[in-house]
Amino acid sequence: MRHLLAIEQLSREEIEAILDRAESFAEVGRRDIKKVPTLRGRTVVTLFYESSTRTSSSFELAAKRLSADLISVRSAGSSVDKGESLKDTVATLSAYDPAAIVIRHPYAGAAQMIAQWTGAAVVNAGDGKHEHPSQALLDVYTLRRRLGSLDGKRIWIVGDVLHSRVARSNLIAFQRMGAEVTVCGPPTLIPRGIEELGCEVSHSLERLGEAEVVYALRMQQERMSESFVPSLREYAATFQIDTRKLNPRQLLMHPGPVNRGVELSGEAIDSPQSLIAEQVAAGLVVRMAILYELLAGAERPTPLAEGEGTAPTPIGQPA
Amino acid sequence: MSLADSLDVRAGDPADLILRRATVLDPVAGIDGVHDVVVRGGEIAELAAPGEGAADGAEVVEAEGMHAFPAFFDPHVHLRTPGHEHKEDVETGTRSAAAGGYCGILAMANTDPPVSTAADIAALREQARAGASVPVGFMATVTKDMKGEDLTEMVELREAGAVGFTDDGLPIVSARVMLRALQYQRLCGGTIALHEEDPELSADGVMHEGPVSAALGLAGVPSVSESTMIARDAALAAYEDARIHVQHLSAAESVAVVRAAKAAEVKISAEASPHHLCLTDEEVRSLDPRRFKMNPPLRRESDRQALIEALRDGTIECVATDHAPHQDEEKDVPFEQAAMGVTGLETAFAALHTELVLPGTIGLELLVERMAGGAAPFGIERPTLAPGSEANVALCDLGAEWTVGDDGYESRSQNSWCAGRTLTGRVMVTLAAGQVAFRLRSFSLGVAS
Repeated sequence: MRHLLAIEQLSREEIEAILDRAESFAEVGRRDIKKVPTLRGRTVVTLFYESSTRTSSSFELAAKRLSADLISVRSAGSSVDKGESLKDTVATLSAYDPAAIVIRHPYAGAAQMIAQWTGAAVVNAGDGKHEHPSQALLDVYTLRRRLGSLDGKRIWIVGDVLHSRVARSNLIAFQRMGAEVTVCGPPTLIPRGIEELGCEVSHSLERLGEAEVVYALRMQQERMSESFVPSLREYAATFQIDTRKLNPRQLLMHPGPVNRGVELSGEAIDSPQSLIAEQVAAGLVVRMAILYELLAGAERPTPLAEGEGTAPTPIGQPA
Repeated sequence: MSLADSLDVRAGDPADLILRRATVLDPVAGIDGVHDVVVRGGEIAELAAPGEGAADGAEVVEAEGMHAFPAFFDPHVHLRTPGHEHKEDVETGTRSAAAGGYCGILAMANTDPPVSTAADIAALREQARAGASVPVGFMATVTKDMKGEDLTEMVELREAGAVGFTDDGLPIVSARVMLRALQYQRLCGGTIALHEEDPELSADGVMHEGPVSAALGLAGVPSVSESTMIARDAALAAYEDARIHVQHLSAAESVAVVRAAKAAEVKISAEASPHHLCLTDEEVRSLDPRRFKMNPPLRRESDRQALIEALRDGTIECVATDHAPHQDEEKDVPFEQAAMGVTGLETAFAALHTELVLPGTIGLELLVERMAGGAAPFGIERPTLAPGSEANVALCDLGAEWTVGDDGYESRSQNSWCAGRTLTGRVMVTLAAGQVAFRLRSFSLGVAS
């Protein structure tokens, strides 16, 4: 794997390799010294053209846990503000010879595009409404830990599918891991032709009970002004996931940040079947695994000896 | 009236040459056979028996195995001048046309500022007489500065030489303004060419709305954003008995509307671009805006098939490139941010020959006929190879394979939708308005002894 640009480009085996690697980093995370020297002396750039809390912070912490040098660039306050093109910004940052560039951009294909302009491995941390592969990987990781396997599991993705890169990446990733996916929401927020990606489409929560996993999407305020839904009240009345609609054996997920009382009721968020906090925790180890696979996976031995038991050597201990 | 009389071109020496043993095909004139095409003083003097044409010291082009067609006419070209000469101008755009086998083009008016006054037309015509390799006609905008509000001084524009009117690049949103323009056409003449799109429906769309846009997370342009506007304007044209030309048809629904309007004897003509006839929205999966972002967008295979069928049955009477040059910095950005449009003059014939004629989808005669079909809708006489007419000839080697971009482009811009494709069929020589407008560099002309 040279870059991580889209889940669409990953095979099931490649997804599993990243998840297995993430398991090994989870073990490192339980130690007192959580840092490993794998990427010592190498540079990771995070380049965020959109606001982000959990994705940017977890990629940055992941790079630090792997001992990489980190450059964080936000479009606000950088030369991007002065009108520098994406191509020139990438050329500038590439002059530091980074091992990886993690990019979030408001437009589809940005990560793929910069991969042509830099020698660094490129990680797509969200490109427009296209893909968000690291989110999909952490969601699959979270589910695999809970369910063992996604094979044959039924997963409902509920909400604003039209504007969601998470929905697209997860739809592909869940299916690739063997799950059956239904997307559900008002017809105005389900993209025309989405069923050709192999999912079912529903405009009602009536059959929600058949799902083992319910994945709710963020409903953005501005969709109201564009007549996608008449009001948040009506949306919530029709599509909000609450504890009455959920049954106790169903798992609930959400990519965050949640609009409490809109797509999810407060009770549902705080219920024991909610995996939202686990998703955030998974974000760190999965992003460590992504950087490791791209930067060290090919040429170095795995941090674990094949089989279980030995974890990567923490810094300060003899290797 | 010859192209040289009705349009503007740089004055030059009239051609004297012989295309020896060329396979001459002009389906409209009923010419199909091997001849020596004798060109004297810029006119087709005779179609002599092969090997029999008298050279009289003129250049002789050994054209055995090559095809001589009436040169092509493109009613939809963006020359980008005034205002965007970094993308194209009269000189580079007409060189590009000549290299594609064209003997005439119509330049769109969505320049900066738009072509809205008689003085604008006069200045452009002067430029064409100074530097155009092939005859150019200039369109003027329908509304002042393309704002869609007030009509331009259409009578004065016509008197200054505007071939017709178009706000191409933008639709005329107001039905009232559209109706007024059609009424006023009775006074000034000139076909009104229409970019049909309902901006309420296309909104911020960047590609066809369908499974591919769903997969890519790109905002879609529904096919009905085009067809509903065509339906409106066909109804208005029928009401006013006015003459309209629908530009760059892209969707099956649009074809159905035009076909029905023609059946109802509305004065409507239509064009389709080579890229819409050859490609589908599947190409957009590459997220490459340089080759695959344009307006209207590439649509589904069923739409492409509907366009081909319409080309066959005459619902679409002509191929038009919508040649839309852009510089690299406007295309080296993510898909949604990139400028719309691709170049097409240099590849139109070769691409359609490769993609539609060679597989047997359409016949060579039909392609040759439709490549020059864009003249008549604008009241311009179509090029012909009949003896006695002005020499407008595209000499093509239908067996020549070439990779687009390998030899660069005559256009100032490089956003060809064919970039990197290997095409079969190449224009070797173009005669336009009686002059040699183009000869392929590697194809040397022998001189008779």
